Amino acid sequence: MTQQPSLITPDVLIIGAGPAGLTAAAELASRHGGRILAVDREPAAGGIPRHSDHTGYGLRDLHRVMSGPAYARHLVRRATAAGAEIRTHTMVTGWSDDHTVDVTGPEGRYRIRPQAIVLATGARERPRTARRVPGDRPHGVYTTGQLQNLVHLHHRPVGKRAVIVGGELVSWSAAVTLREAGCTPALMISRYPKAESYGVFNLAGRAVLRVPVATRSRVTRIIGKGRCQAVEIEHLDTGRRRTVACDTVVFTGDWIPDHELARTAGIALDPGTLGPLTDTALRTSRPGVYAAGNMLHPVDTADVAALDGRHVAHQVISYLQGMREHAEGVRLLADAPFRWVAPQILRPQDPAPPRGRLLLWSDQFVRFPKVAVRQDGRVIARRSLSWPAAPGRVFRVPSSVLEGVSPSGGPVHIGLERV
Amino acid sequence: MTATPHRPAGGVFDVAVIGGGIVGAAIARELSGCDVSVALLEARDDVGDGTSKANTAILHTGFDAKPGTLESRLVARGYHLLSAYAKATGIPVEHTGAVLVAWNGEELRALPGLKEKAEANGYEHCRIVDADEVYRILPDLADGALGGLTVPDESIICTWTTNLALATDAQQRGTTVLLQHAVTGIDEGPESTTLRTSSGDVRARWVVNAAGLGADHIDRLFGHDRFTVTPRRGELFVFDKLARPMVDKIVLPVPTSRGKGVLISPTIYGNVMLGPTAEDLTDRTDTSTSEDGFDFLLRKGEGLMPRLLAEEVTASYAGLRAAIDHPDYLIEATPQQRYLLVGGIRSTGLTAGIAIAEHVRTLLEEAGLNLRSRGDLPEPPRMPNIGEAAQRPYQDADLIARDPAYGTIVCFCERVTEGEIRDACHAPLPARDLEGLRRRTRAMNGRCQGFFCGAAVTALREEHHDHDGRDSRQHKDNR
Ligand SMILES: Cc1cc2nc3c(=O)[nH]c(=O)nc-3n(C[C@H](O)[C@H](O)[C@H](O)COP(=O)(O)OP(=O)(O)OC[C@H]3O[C@@H](n4cnc5c(N)ncnc54)[C@H](O)[C@@H]3O)c2cc1C
Ligand SMILES: Cc1cc2nc3c(=O)[nH]c(=O)nc-3n(C[C@H](O)[C@H](O)[C@H](O)COP(=O)(O)OP(=O)(O)OC[C@H]3O[C@@H](n4cnc5c(N)ncnc54)[C@H](O)[C@@H]3O)c2cc1C
Repeated sequence: MTQQPSLITPDVLIIGAGPAGLTAAAELASRHGGRILAVDREPAAGGIPRHSDHTGYGLRDLHRVMSGPAYARHLVRRATAAGAEIRTHTMVTGWSDDHTVDVTGPEGRYRIRPQAIVLATGARERPRTARRVPGDRPHGVYTTGQLQNLVHLHHRPVGKRAVIVGGELVSWSAAVTLREAGCTPALMISRYPKAESYGVFNLAGRAVLRVPVATRSRVTRIIGKGRCQAVEIEHLDTGRRRTVACDTVVFTGDWIPDHELARTAGIALDPGTLGPLTDTALRTSRPGVYAAGNMLHPVDTADVAALDGRHVAHQVISYLQGMREHAEGVRLLADAPFRWVAPQILRPQDPAPPRGRLLLWSDQFVRFPKVAVRQDGRVIARRSLSWPAAPGRVFRVPSSVLEGVSPSGGPVHIGLERV
Repeated sequence: MTATPHRPAGGVFDVAVIGGGIVGAAIARELSGCDVSVALLEARDDVGDGTSKANTAILHTGFDAKPGTLESRLVARGYHLLSAYAKATGIPVEHTGAVLVAWNGEELRALPGLKEKAEANGYEHCRIVDADEVYRILPDLADGALGGLTVPDESIICTWTTNLALATDAQQRGTTVLLQHAVTGIDEGPESTTLRTSSGDVRARWVVNAAGLGADHIDRLFGHDRFTVTPRRGELFVFDKLARPMVDKIVLPVPTSRGKGVLISPTIYGNVMLGPTAEDLTDRTDTSTSEDGFDFLLRKGEGLMPRLLAEEVTASYAGLRAAIDHPDYLIEATPQQRYLLVGGIRSTGLTAGIAIAEHVRTLLEEAGLNLRSRGDLPEPPRMPNIGEAAQRPYQDADLIARDPAYGTIVCFCERVTEGEIRDACHAPLPARDLEGLRRRTRAMNGRCQGFFCGAAVTALREEHHDHDGRDSRQHKDNR
């Protein structure tokens, strides 16, 4: 006979021990005390930075710059020192009721029923299949996540000559990893007229990387039996196709949140981010369930995810203290060229969003963006920003642009003023 | 208990079966239930690596087969045999039922004929339903359905486990499984036939040709010119598990002469499948997917269930049916050559496999091979459950308490545990590469396709491989 699974009842359960979850855990444990439990399905806590073995982590949250693995270790130590418990190799596999989750780990199969839950399960890159790229199915086709896992955690060789699909920050990160693994990044392919992150890329310096970029291009076919031999690429404007020889292909960027738990709970998702729909307090549509990090904005840098974690901790503490009422809010909507905005609900009396920023994703490069906020057909704010809106990285807008929003009005549209 | 392997006398097997797909494996299993020595020869590194790994995995009732054909008889019988065998071995099956949907007047008018055809095939449970009933069963179907025919017993099954169970069973009954044995030549002698293969010669008194896409080539080596195989490609999309609540039943089109058409089906792993296409090729190895195939499927999908297309695609693949220029299965013995052909097992071979094996046994007996049933057969193997309908190891508290390796999830999307990967690497027919491991456990088959687990799964497989000390020639994953 199978026994009723055992149950544990911490004050707060944090699902996902990446930068967002670990920072929330540290903050909750040090400010609230009580039993704070963070679980992660990986063998070690730390999230993506664990296998992203290059510098560029920690700027906004820790005010210093360190490597991914060092950053991950630091966040783990801090959460543990504050008194949070971290269980690794521990996966939340589903819900047994609205506030109870099922868990599997080497210690067994059990249930966790906390008073509050923070979803911090991060995001992943769409693999080749999800991008619907046809052709053969050879070895040597990866996402950046898999590549960095192979190279940095498992010290495995990859091929000799790679094509990188995408031109985001993470694509350059893939180039760094390939170089380190002795594989030449022969070509980067971007749909956009310019590689999105050129201007801001300072990780290793693009001068050092010197990867040629095929802009306005897409991959139309993968070729090779056994091992990858080539990709066919198409120029979007001319339709001209050519094959590029390579034994490795890395599909980078094109993020999707790991939203399975949110979706199977019936928590409302935002059609733009595909993460949970949240207000500026990072509440989801289910009372007592909050969300933070890249599952809300796929994908931003780790320090921003971490600061989400700090922000959400304060909201969870208010909730635990009994502050559960909140007003109706207005919906924030992204207008083209923006694909999404996060968070998506503004309620009177709620705090400003994390870091006082709205996060948006642009499908177009705009050097001097002039943001326009409209409600009920009226422009209620205009703001010229001194940084560009560029595809492939988050565009940040000070949330003060929302000051004129009427809490009883219709949805608020955030777009650009056309000149 | 296990049976004593039946050693070939003087280096000569009683029967050699060419082809380790579902059909060949079923035949080897059936014959090993008798007092003969059997070899199963497979060209590739693993059994089930041909057509049998890439189909739509439906356990057909045979309701729409052409009445009176051998195929109709063997599919109907195969349905029952495989259902029972699945129970005995743990092959995942879900009896979901199907709805055949009519989208225009012509299709609607075809329904009564299809019902009669089903009855002529001995299948009595079809019912004609109106549009309201169709939408009650499938609320997410596109607008415009006019009516339908229900096929309550049409089911979904795990094709990989079926092939593995049959081959494992055959092996435990004494069949010698010879992988990487591509048959390239035939020498007929008076008492035995020598099969020339890529790994040396194999001699047998009788030869059964179940080589799928290669069956006509083998047939020609025996001096026949009976038929030609045309590889008919079928491309498929597998949608994310989160789409599964939309599709509880198999959604069938009204069949045409070209084949069964594009269907939407739940999979035994909890996904939703859309496909297959049907396109005649010349290259028998071309299992690539194509732009045209994808466009065609997306157009069809849009027409059938637009909401499905908003879901993420987890995987896409293509399989090749062995279509032949002959309207029925082509199963014929040539007694004077001690040779039997099993050809043209195109789109129903998964279902019919075990029934084909029974039929083959009868034909061989009639042709003069003495086949006495053995009384000492081992139990059929218990296969690991990789289906969603029954409990998986990660959900089994008692199992995890006994062995924590079943609580250590390695592939998160598919919830595959370290214990399962270990077991698959040490099974009687072990996983030798990542593909073999995928088919035995589902590892890396999920929505992230290896983003999180690819490296860990690769490492685990190699660790177990190294401990096995098996041939490292096959050490080719992700080099
Ligand atoms: C290749 C690459 C390079 C990058 N380079 C940089 C950089 O240089 N600088 C920078 O600032 N940012 C970088 N980033 C982005 C940065 O890694 C992310 O912003 C950050 O990791 C997001 O943190 P998170 O906590 O939201 O999610 P994650 O780090 O993704 O953590 C989520 C965690 O949740 C766990 N989890 C998910 N589901 C479950 C479940 N059901 N049960 C238990 N656990 C679960 C996962 O195992 C994971 O550990 C990079 C990202 C990638 C992929
Ligand atoms: C797209 C598609 C959808 C389908 N859907 C269904 C379905 O829903 N239900 C159903 O019942 N059936 C379905 N089928 C049909 C079913 O998959 C096949 O009928 C069945 O797999 C045939 O099995 P087989 O053993 O004859 O062939 P295979 O699985 O191809 O096995 C033949 C084996 O012979 C080996 N071989 C070939 N030449 C040689 C040689 N010279 N020497 C040694 N070995 C050799 C090959 O490597 C191969 O492993 C579908 C098929 C396709 C393509």
